[in-house]
Amino acid sequence: MLNPDSVGRTFEGAGSVTVTQAEIDAFAAVIGELDTSIAPPTFSIRISLEQSQSILSDPAIGLDWTRVVHGDQKFEIFSPIKAGDTFTCSSTIETYRVAAGNEIVTVRSDLKSGSAIALSSWSTLVVRA
Amino acid sequence: MIEVGTTIPERIFTVNRATLKSYADASGDQNPIHQNEEFAVSVGLPNVIAHGMLTMALVGKYVTDWAGGSAKVQHFGARFIKPVIVPADTDVDLTVTATVAAVDEKSITLDLIATSAGIKVLGMAKAVVSR
Repeated sequence: MLNPDSVGRTFEGAGSVTVTQAEIDAFAAVIGELDTSIAPPTFSIRISLEQSQSILSDPAIGLDWTRVVHGDQKFEIFSPIKAGDTFTCSSTIETYRVAAGNEIVTVRSDLKSGSAIALSSWSTLVVRA
Repeated sequence: MIEVGTTIPERIFTVNRATLKSYADASGDQNPIHQNEEFAVSVGLPNVIAHGMLTMALVGKYVTDWAGGSAKVQHFGARFIKPVIVPADTDVDLTVTATVAAVDEKSITLDLIATSAGIKVLGMAKAVVSR
């Protein structure tokens, strides 16, 4: 079970992430996007899910990632992502509830370039009972 | 003329096991439920299922092609209500349509519908694109 103390808290990801052209190219190729000068709108999941996973798997937080199912996903894009962009990522556990034994967690991830937020995303993760 | 209620032409994407492998590598999501049939069945799934985020990426491509590029997307959200089931050696469809739900001077809101094998796979799917 999730440690209730972590709800409402924000966790900073370790270090920064620099987006490469090869990463954008690979993502774009899957969906048939030929313009790789900016990343497709859902590309940031590559960064944010990995960061959230490492933060939330911390034993002090206690989310069992092996039983996680993705419930919903939302993106607010303030500034499109390009190769060479460097971001720091923070994850905030916004809401938490238990329904029929399943834990339902909403995590907001912010990708920041300096102090400006380039993109915020919300993932609802369901930890199956 | 784009106004509330305008429908956008349907588009059909093809998804198969090779698509899932490419998406797993491109996204870093190597969960075996998206690649290994034996594993998927062992956790109670009917077969290998597509990543929800692959479905969303393809619907995103539908949106950006209509809107005029990836830079146009301001907001994009969806709920994963049913899996896209991908049997071995089979091409499955992801069929996408949309209706204009709102228009203002700066942006257009689209209500999106995505189905596979006739079953609705996304709920509350919505995108806001700049004009």
